[in-house]
Amino acid sequence: MNKLSLFGLLGLVVRRDLLLAMRRRADVLTTLIFFVMVVSLFPLGVGPEPEMLRKMSSGVLWVAALLASMLSLPRMFSADYLDGTLEQMMLAPQSLTMLVLGKIAAHWMLSGLPLVLIAPVLGLQFDMSPQALWMLVLVLLLGTPVLSMIGAIGAALTLGLRGGGVLVSLLVLPLCIPVLIFGTGAVEAVNSGMSVVSNLSFLGAFLLFALVFSPFVAAQALRISME
Amino acid sequence: MQQTPKLEVQEIACERGDHRLFSGLSFTLSAGELMQVQGANGSGKTTLLRTLCGFVQPVQGKVLWCGQDIQEWDDAYHTEMCYLGHLNAIKDELSALENLQMSAGLAGYTVTEQQALAALRRMGLQRREHLPVRVLSQGQRRRVALARLLIEGARLWILDEPLAALDVGAVGLMQELIGEHLSKGGMTIFTTHQPLQVAGVQMRQLALS
Repeated sequence: MNKLSLFGLLGLVVRRDLLLAMRRRADVLTTLIFFVMVVSLFPLGVGPEPEMLRKMSSGVLWVAALLASMLSLPRMFSADYLDGTLEQMMLAPQSLTMLVLGKIAAHWMLSGLPLVLIAPVLGLQFDMSPQALWMLVLVLLLGTPVLSMIGAIGAALTLGLRGGGVLVSLLVLPLCIPVLIFGTGAVEAVNSGMSVVSNLSFLGAFLLFALVFSPFVAAQALRISME
Repeated sequence: MQQTPKLEVQEIACERGDHRLFSGLSFTLSAGELMQVQGANGSGKTTLLRTLCGFVQPVQGKVLWCGQDIQEWDDAYHTEMCYLGHLNAIKDELSALENLQMSAGLAGYTVTEQQALAALRRMGLQRREHLPVRVLSQGQRRRVALARLLIEGARLWILDEPLAALDVGAVGLMQELIGEHLSKGGMTIFTTHQPLQVAGVQMRQLALS
C-alpha cells in the first residue's frame, strides 16, 4: 500500500465528486437551467428596449449566477454527511482542509464553470457588446469560485439542520455582496470606457483571500457540525 | 513512541445533550484483545465508540493511545485505527470496487485493483464487484463496507454493530476475520446484539448501564 500525496488526495476528491455527479446528472443540469431561465425571463418581462437591457445586463447575469450557485450549495456536504462518508473523511490521516478544498473545486466545476461558459450566450439577449461579454466571462471566472468558497463555509455550518437549504442562502448571500458589486462594476466600466483594473484587482484579492482561508474555516465548521 | 500499542481509557464521562450517559469509565485494551461493549439501547455504546475515534470529546477523563492523548496524536492515530459506524459510508452510484478504492484513497492509501478485488471476494462478493451498490442488498452493502477493514491494515478496529444485516455465513466470516486480526497483534472493540464467538480468544465484556 502506498501513501497518497496531498495533491494526489486533492485529485482523488475532485475525480470522485465529478464521477458521482456524472452518474447523477440531473443535479448539475438544474443549476444551469435555473440560470438560463432566470436570465431569459428579464428581457421578456422588461420589454425589448436595447438601451435599458444593456444597462441592466451585468446586474441581471450576476444576480442570477448568485442565486443559481445557492441552489447547489446545500448538496455540497449533505450527501457525504448522510451516508457516513464525511465521518470517514474526518478520520482520514490527511488534512481535512485539503479534502474540503477538493470538494470546493469539484463544486465549482459543476456549478460555477457551466455558468461562466453559458453566460456570453445569454448576454447576447441583452445586446451586450463583445468587449463587455469578454469582461463578463473574466469576472465570472474570478467571482464564481469565491461564491463556492464562501458557500462551503455556509454549507458546512448548516449541515444536518432542518431547513438548512434556506438558511445557507441567508447566511451566504450577504457575504457575496462585494463580489457582486465589483463584478458588475467591471462590466459597467467596460461599457462606459473606464479602467477595469481596480475592479479586477479587488476580485482577484477576494479570490486569493477566500482560497487561503475558506477551506480551513469550512473544515472547522464541519468538525463542529459532526459533534 | 515505540511501545506496544495499547488503548487506555481513563475515567471518562460522556454526555449527550444534558443527559450523563456514563462516568468514571476506565479500561485498557492491548494487542490481541477483543472487547465487546454491552448495554441497552441508549446506554451510550455508540457515543463511547465515537469518543474513542475523537469525534466526541469526553466531558471528563482522557483516551490514550500508546500513552498519549488521542487529541494530541492527530493524524498518526488515525492511520492506526479503522472505524465502522452505523452508516456504511458507501455511495449508491459507484460500484463495490470503486467504493472500496475511493474509501481507501480518502483514508490516504492507494490500492491496486487486484488488492481491492481480493478483499471483495474474501467478503463473498464474487461477481458483484462491478455492479452499482444501489442494486445490492443491505447485507451486501455491509459486506462492501467491511471489506475496508481488510485493505486498510489498521491496528485498532472500532466496529459499531458490524453484524447488522449480515447473514449467518457472513457472521462466521467476521469471526474468522477478527480472529486473524487479533492473532496478528491487532485489537478490536465492538458493539453487537448478536452472539459472536472468536475461536481461541477470551472476549472481554464492558457493560454500560
